[in-house]
Parts: sequence; structure tokens; C-alpha cells
Amino acid sequence: MSTERRQGDIELAGVGKRYDDIVAVEGINLKIPDGAYCCFLGPSGCGKTTILRMIAGHEDPTFGDILIGGENVVGMAPIERRTAMMFQSYALFPHLSVRDNIAFALRVRGVPKAERYKAADEMIEKVQLTELAHRLPGQLSGGQQQRVALARAAITGPRVLLLDEPLSALDEQLRIQMRQELRRMQQDLGITFIHVTHTQLEAIALADLVVVMERGKIKQAGGAREVYVSPHDRYVAEFLGGQNVLSGKVEKVNGASLVMRGPKLEGFEVPVAGKTAVTQGDKVDIAVRRDDIRLLRPESAAIAPGNPHLSTRVQAIEYQGYFVKVMLDAIGDDEFVAYVTERDFFSDPLKVGDIVVATWQSDHTLLLA
Amino acid sequence: MRLPRSLVGWFYVSPLMLVLIPFFVLPMVVIITASVLEGDGFGGIMPFFTTQNYIDVFGSGLTFNLYFSTIKFTILTWVFSLIIGFWVAYFLVFHVKNQLLAIGLFLVCTVPFWTSNIIRMISWIPLLGKEGLVNMILQGLGIIDKPLEFLLFSDFAVVVAYVHQLTIFMIVPIFNSMARIDKRVVEAALDAGASRFDIMRYIIVPLSKSGMALGSIFVVSIVMGDFFVVRVMSGGGSASVVAALYEDISVLQYPPAAANAVVLVLVVMLMIGLILRTVDIRREIAR
Repeated sequence: MSTERRQGDIELAGVGKRYDDIVAVEGINLKIPDGAYCCFLGPSGCGKTTILRMIAGHEDPTFGDILIGGENVVGMAPIERRTAMMFQSYALFPHLSVRDNIAFALRVRGVPKAERYKAADEMIEKVQLTELAHRLPGQLSGGQQQRVALARAAITGPRVLLLDEPLSALDEQLRIQMRQELRRMQQDLGITFIHVTHTQLEAIALADLVVVMERGKIKQAGGAREVYVSPHDRYVAEFLGGQNVLSGKVEKVNGASLVMRGPKLEGFEVPVAGKTAVTQGDKVDIAVRRDDIRLLRPESAAIAPGNPHLSTRVQAIEYQGYFVKVMLDAIGDDEFVAYVTERDFFSDPLKVGDIVVATWQSDHTLLLA
Repeated sequence: MRLPRSLVGWFYVSPLMLVLIPFFVLPMVVIITASVLEGDGFGGIMPFFTTQNYIDVFGSGLTFNLYFSTIKFTILTWVFSLIIGFWVAYFLVFHVKNQLLAIGLFLVCTVPFWTSNIIRMISWIPLLGKEGLVNMILQGLGIIDKPLEFLLFSDFAVVVAYVHQLTIFMIVPIFNSMARIDKRVVEAALDAGASRFDIMRYIIVPLSKSGMALGSIFVVSIVMGDFFVVRVMSGGGSASVVAALYEDISVLQYPPAAANAVVLVLVVMLMIGLILRTVDIRREIAR
């Protein structure tokens, strides 16, 4: 079983892609374990779709190797790689019924009609489309089309399923529902899923492994909680959201922590947490989770000694249901936002223009690279 | 002021009616009427009802020979223009990556149409004639020792001229329907393991059926209704339905010509009906 289990391992070794003069992907290295749900996350044009298409075999890397199950697949056709791709906006065959769409891969493999329809019908049942088996794609809703696309990709028993922005064609509510279906399907099939998206919420909700990309490079790869809670640098922190990123100068380094001072920020201690090579006088970025910020009225300010704090003014307030988003006067160009739980906020509601003291526990500060 | 619903409907269709009634319905009525009247033999039509014109048309062995010859040209032209048109369109849509270049090449296809039909036909003579380029080259290469006679003023020449003239009518609609095929659909087929041949027969041909049907309608109706190309390119050796009809008119036999025309219209309608039965164009376009 153990060798069988490893066939969906993917390793990208120095994979790069160049179009004429434009570098789409810059020699990336990554290991995706078998059976993982991996999300490539980044803005459009960051090279994530190119990576997906190179793994799928629809594009060849300019340099580097792609290993699936330990075997170099560069130059192989998709069918030889045993990968299957689910295309953006699904690319269903518009002239074929749901059943024929799903059975297509078997048809071109020369599977006899009765047999391929039997397999297709089983798949149709799995994605709950039995009543719609004879419809054409144009007669289906977005969610139904997605299920057809998923079934069509899964019918050949691929070891890796590649999904290119699978949820982008759906409306918000359906997206959340289909997201769960994707995850359920992945667990059902027990194969590696690689999913490309530009929506951070989608990535962290689904993935075992989130790969954050910028301009053809991997910025950070790790578990969903890891990239969200401990972003590696300013880019990752800002792209995933939920963090305030502040800049300051290092005043003093004392072993496991350093003292930082910023504009409007008095010196406070920041845990270094393994990040090396910081010396006195360096400019550093720190991140603080927006839900870690506490807002206090200046008159009642009871700030624990040593905790960072800064006086600021409420710029805007957005009600979000279970929490309230309070936007505070920016420090320089940096956004500074506090997420206050709904109950806390309304026990003493703030108004736009109110002066508040924002504070947080100093050990909740994260030093960014 | 509110107009009654039915009146508004008529307003919407009125532009079409204004074209169709004077230019299609009226001439048809005139022809159908003339076909069942007696002629006086000198170009006059007398108001007496008769079915003799039709009896003559169907009673004559010549009619069947004419239809046989015309339908033969139609089928040959249709087959060759469909094959050539399909591949040209396929090349332009799927193999020319640069869209600007594709449009440029597409326009090049229309260049022959910048000259008149007659010039285009005449231009075949120096190419296909007894001392024409083709014969000269073949003789020069020693492939043949005396000139090929069938190249010009023959059925072969007629088909060549038709294909030359009408392939563009295949290219345009097929190009149009192929251009609407999402490239990702082709990629999805490739991903599923389809070979090039599979992609051709399961994806591209079915999805460009509407274009092929539209092109076929153009080609079939034009060839069926033409006599000029047959006359010039066959050197008078072959006849066609319309050529016979033209003969009737030139000797002022209007009622028989009208009867002939009505039969031709029915035959062409039947052929177009067959094409439309094979490909449901409305459904294909709506998809």
C-alpha cells in the first residue's frame, strides 16, 4: 500500500517557464505529498495557472523537472501522466449530453459503449446528477456544470486532479457550497488535488498546503493556519489579510527578542522567534492580527506595562455581523484595522472620529522577514 | 396612444415584408401563374389554364438528363468545396496562432472576388488549355507525351471553376462556427486522452456542423441555379437545367420556361430541406 500511496506525490524541481522575454515562473521548488489538497494562491499573472498547466502537461517547462510519483513527466502527454484537469469555466463539450461528457475519456480510450456508460452512470450518481444525465451542458446551472466537469475529470481514476479557478464562475453562496463538495470529493477519491485560486478565503478553507505566489516565485508554502497566522513576509501577510503590518526600526537586540520603535509607536519588545540577522538600526516589518487588537478609551486606558500601544482615531466602521471592522488612522501608508467582536463593540460603541488607544499583547507581535 | 398588440407585431415584421413581398412573393406568383397558362408561341401568354407545360417537362427524357447533369455538378462541387473549405477554415482557426495574421489570410481568401466572375473563368484558359501551363509543365517533366484534352472545355473544367468560385462560401460560415469553439474545449479533449483524429471527429466536426450546412446551402443553391459557368467552361459540351430554361426564354417560350423554373425551385427546396433535416441549424446556433 505504501508504494501505491505515493503515486500522487508531486515534486517540482527548479521548474521555470519563459515566454520570449517574459518570465512567467522562476525556477520553483516544491513538494506536494500524495493525497494532499494543495492550493496555489496569488493575484492574476503570478504564474500559478502556468504551473498548473505544466503539471497537467498542457505546457512544457522551459527548464526544471516535474516528478509525479517519483517519475519525471516532462514531455509526456496528460494521459500518460495520469493527471486530469478541470478547466476554468469548465470547458464542457457543448454538443454532448452530461453522460457523454463524462464518458468522453473512456470513449477515446476505446471502451465499449455499454461499459463506459455504466462507469459514467456510477460517476453521475456520485455527483448527484442522475436526473440530468441526458441534458446538454447549456441547460445546466453553474453548480451542476461544475459537478459534470469534476466527474468528467475523475472518471479515468487520475492520480492527480488539477483545478483551474474552479469556483470563480459561481456566485458567492454557491461557491461556499461547491467548496465543500470539492473537499468531500477529494477525500472520497483520496487523490492529490491541486487548486489554483486568487481568493485567500477559498485557499485557507480548503487546503492542506497553501502555496502563496508572487510574480513567478513562491513566497510561502505551508498549512492554512501557518500561512495565515505566521506569514513569512509583508506580501504574504497583506495578501492573506487579517493582519496589520507596521514598519519600525530596531532599537536594541537582546537575544530572543528585540526592541522596536516606530512612528507613533513607543519602543516595545518583539519576539525574534528564530528570525536571524536582525541588527540594531535595521528597518523591520511586524504583523499583528487584527483580532488581537484591543481598543480602549484614552480616559480609561489600562494598558499592561510593556505592551505596545498607540493613540489613534477611528476613521470608519463597518458592521460585519459577528464582528465589527474598525478602521483606524493609518500610520504612514500602512492600513491599521481592528476586528472587534460584535458584543464587545456594542457594549461601548465607538463613533467615527473618536480617539482610541490601540493595544495588543507584545508576544502576539510577529516579526516579518 | 397605445397601438393594439397585433398591429405592433406587424410593424416589427414590416421591413422584412417590404423586401420579401415585391422581390420574392410577387415574382413567384407571376411565375407560378405563367406556368399554368398557354403560350401563343410568339412570346404572348393567353389566359387559358393548362397543365400541358408540366406534362411536357416531366414527359421529356431531356429533363432527366439535364437534372442528372446539374445534380452531378452540384454534388462534385459540394464535395470538393466542403473538403477544401473545411481545411482552410480549420487551418485559419486552429493553426494560425496570431489572430491578426488569421484575419489577414482570411481576407486573402476573398481576393479572387475582387475581379469579375468572367475574368476569373477566363483566367483558367491559359492554365488549363491545350497549350496551357499545366500541360506544358507535365509535358516538360515528361509525365505525358501529348497534351491532356480533358483539362479545358470539359466537365472537369466546370467543376474546377465552380470550386474556385464557391469554396469561399464554405470557408466563411465554417470559419465562423469554428471560431466560436472554445479552445479550452479542445484542450479538455486532449486532457481526456483524445488523439488528433478523435478531436476532429468528436469535437470539431460536430461543432462546425452548422457552418458546413450553411455553406452547403449556398453552394447547392448557386450551382443548381447557374448556367453560365457550365456553358463557358464546358465549351458548350454540357448542359444544365437553367441553360435549357434560358433557351426557352430566348425563343420566347415563357410558359414552358416558367413550368421548368417551378420544378427547379421545388427540387432546390427539397435539397435544402434535406440539408436542414441533417443539421438542425437553429438549434446549433442557439447552443
